Amino acid sequence: MTTASSADHPTRRDFLFVATGAAAAVGGAAALWPFISQMNPDASTIAAGAPIEVDLSPVAEGQDIKVFWRGKPIYISHRTKKQIDEARAVNVASLPDPQSDEARVKSGHDQWLVVIGICTHLGCIPIAHEGNYDGFFCPCHGSQYDSSGRIRQGPAPANLAVPPYTFVSDTKIQIG
Amino acid sequence: MSGPSDYQPSNPALQWIERRLPILGLVHSSFVVYPTPRNLNYWWTFGAILSFMLGMQILTGVILAMHYTPHADLAFKSVELIVRDVNYGWLLRNMHACGASMFFFAVYVHMLRGLYYGSYKEPREVLWILGVIIYLLMMATGFMGYVLPWGQMSFWGATVITNLFSAIPYFGESIVTLLWGGYSVGNPTLNRFFSLHYLLPFLIAGVVVLHVWALHVAGQNNPDGVEPKTEKDTVPFTPHATIKDGFGVACFLLLYAWFIFYMPNYLGDADNYIPANPGVTPPHIVPEWYYLPFYAILRSIPNKLAGVIAMFSAIIILCFLPWLDSARTRSSKYRPLAKQFFWIFVAVCILLGYLGAQPPEGIYVIAGRVLTVCYFAYFLIVLPLLSKIEKPRPVPNSISEAILAKTGGKSTPMVSTAIVLALSGALFAASVDKARAEEGGTKPPGNSWSFAGPFGKYDRGALQRGLKVYKEVCSNCHGLSLIAFRNLGDPGGPGYSAAQVAAFASEYKIKDGPNDQGEMFERPGRAADYFPSPFPNEQAARAANGGAAPPDLSLITKARSYGRGFPMFLIDFFSQYQEQGPDYVAAVLQGFEDKVPEGVTIPEGSYYNKYFPGHAIKMPKPLSDGQVTFDDGSPTTVAQYAKDVTTFLMWTAEPHMEARKRLGFQVFIFLIIFAFLMYFTKKKVWADSH
Ligand code: FES
Repeated sequence: MTTASSADHPTRRDFLFVATGAAAAVGGAAALWPFISQMNPDASTIAAGAPIEVDLSPVAEGQDIKVFWRGKPIYISHRTKKQIDEARAVNVASLPDPQSDEARVKSGHDQWLVVIGICTHLGCIPIAHEGNYDGFFCPCHGSQYDSSGRIRQGPAPANLAVPPYTFVSDTKIQIG
Repeated sequence: MSGPSDYQPSNPALQWIERRLPILGLVHSSFVVYPTPRNLNYWWTFGAILSFMLGMQILTGVILAMHYTPHADLAFKSVELIVRDVNYGWLLRNMHACGASMFFFAVYVHMLRGLYYGSYKEPREVLWILGVIIYLLMMATGFMGYVLPWGQMSFWGATVITNLFSAIPYFGESIVTLLWGGYSVGNPTLNRFFSLHYLLPFLIAGVVVLHVWALHVAGQNNPDGVEPKTEKDTVPFTPHATIKDGFGVACFLLLYAWFIFYMPNYLGDADNYIPANPGVTPPHIVPEWYYLPFYAILRSIPNKLAGVIAMFSAIIILCFLPWLDSARTRSSKYRPLAKQFFWIFVAVCILLGYLGAQPPEGIYVIAGRVLTVCYFAYFLIVLPLLSKIEKPRPVPNSISEAILAKTGGKSTPMVSTAIVLALSGALFAASVDKARAEEGGTKPPGNSWSFAGPFGKYDRGALQRGLKVYKEVCSNCHGLSLIAFRNLGDPGGPGYSAAQVAAFASEYKIKDGPNDQGEMFERPGRAADYFPSPFPNEQAARAANGGAAPPDLSLITKARSYGRGFPMFLIDFFSQYQEQGPDYVAAVLQGFEDKVPEGVTIPEGSYYNKYFPGHAIKMPKPLSDGQVTFDDGSPTTVAQYAKDVTTFLMWTAEPHMEARKRLGFQVFIFLIIFAFLMYFTKKKVWADSH
């Protein structure tokens, strides 16, 4: 290689090689960024993920609707008195993912359960009003959720997630 | 790739692999210890530059394919969405589009270098022919890539080029139908071109491997054309050639970046920013600059079949070059006559390129025929004849002797000057095809735009006033379909806040649905909605406007242009003047005159416009003084309106322009420093070898 006769200016030569190598490395790394960043959601996808409003007035007690937000199904259930009582009767500490029903709904709107309908096991969509707990049943690997969307039985490790939402009025929520 | 290697890695794990797959030995023998002639000049770095560009095109192409939609109805829009919405999409698209031009530029230099120094002669015939195959594959790939954005030039270029095959006797029509997958260029054509455009680069890469293999068997040629004899004639590939190639690539990157960041549309055609329209052919169909010489040959032959044969022969003839030129001296350095004819040949190619961009009429046709004869005569008459009659100068015995002779002798600045002239000539030929909108119209006056030049920025006030003019006047007839309300709040735009954008959007009624009852309904606009178009479809727009549909304005400033003429376009390359589109738009808005000049007849339902091609425009004078009020005290004159709305429309066409120029500046600072570092490193590495 080139080291043989570098005795006269060893440091200057080494410095030049290191500086050039470093510049190439820095430039290469910086040039990589656009190629990675382009994989993230583009501006139109992000804009389409803006909050949505949902009118609750057509949903009768005991019914539920499914809406989509950011490509995810959101279950909105109008729970019966029985479902609410069942959800609140369990011993929270005994649950796989302990969380009280009160913490999962907005107070004053206790009849409304809003959850992301994606099984926390591997992402299938659970079926509402099925299973042993008056809640959701996931057909993929048999996870069972109760009427508060909490995991009760099966391989799923966590409760159905609650999306960010607020009540704009008594009959209207904004998700996102 | 020159036979088995005795390379032994010291690391035991690598040794284990090496015994089973001697790949490290292959790399070591081909790219590390491989002996390179020590007298190679910088023209030899174009091999590395080409490898780099091929890698770049494949990388950016694979990424663009992640976002592109190959469908006749969606392709044009998907390309625009890549540029507008994908993170760094504008950068990736510019890299790919300008990259194609750079790739061809480099391949032409590479080929001419081979021609000049006789790199096709024994024992390098197969190496040369593989190169011609790569070039043919590149042409096919470039052509199909140009079709993908599905603009007017894409569509009509595809129509014209595929129709070349209809010249084949008996089977022509069926072959063309087969290529199209239909009775005209359409969606199936686009789909297969996309598929093949993705495939061919990998074939190119495969042939490049063969090309490099053949190179490493025969050894590199060199400027003196004598084979290396002793160890003194060569240097190891690494670090000598590697660092020199690296410096070459760094310099080439500067040119490439100049196009990417400052002149992305310089080599393109404004017509390709108009979506494909099977019912209207643009006035001039012109291929990309790198095909122009062959296009000129095609057009100069009055018979269809003969023209097509001539065009393909012009490329195929390169394959026979090793046998057409049988002179024993390789390098033109020692062939005084061949050297002169070489430069004449280069001039012929550039002039053919120039003619390829001109309308096929009058003197251009005759010149085209003469030059076509010259082109073929170079291969069929001049080279065979020279091999017989030329008396070459004495060739040095060895490379080291040649180097010694050179140290005392004269350098060759003449060659470099000629090359620079050739380069400017190529740019010249490349840019003349942009003479479009001027036909039948007066040339628009230039303006000083705030967004021109390397540090150009949009004037926020002008953008906001322009938006007002668009909203109150233009939007009655013209859509702005590629712009969403949210864009008004984007950095580098009119600079509205999120709340202002929401308020602006809510003034619009947007069609949505269907709702649960299956009905369409109207709701107030949101930030994510796009500007609604004034007419539901093109037919309605046509019917309401006397037969001429008002064009969508999103891209209008990039879809219109005019020729700047010689020598302005050359100066434009350095001054980065890119504002022909805005000049034209602003001029048309102000070019209405009530008094039609003598000798011009304007048909019923049209209006006289000084700058509109043909002068008869269907749009009535849209702006008059005082029509739109401004809060900021700007004058309410037509001139001001025209300037503001043009600025606004430049932003709608190029919303990321500020980011592009800002990043461009950073990249240039880096590249200049890097090129200097590479240069000094190269000098150090080579210090012992001279
Ligand atoms: S995904 Fe629901 S149980 Fe596995």
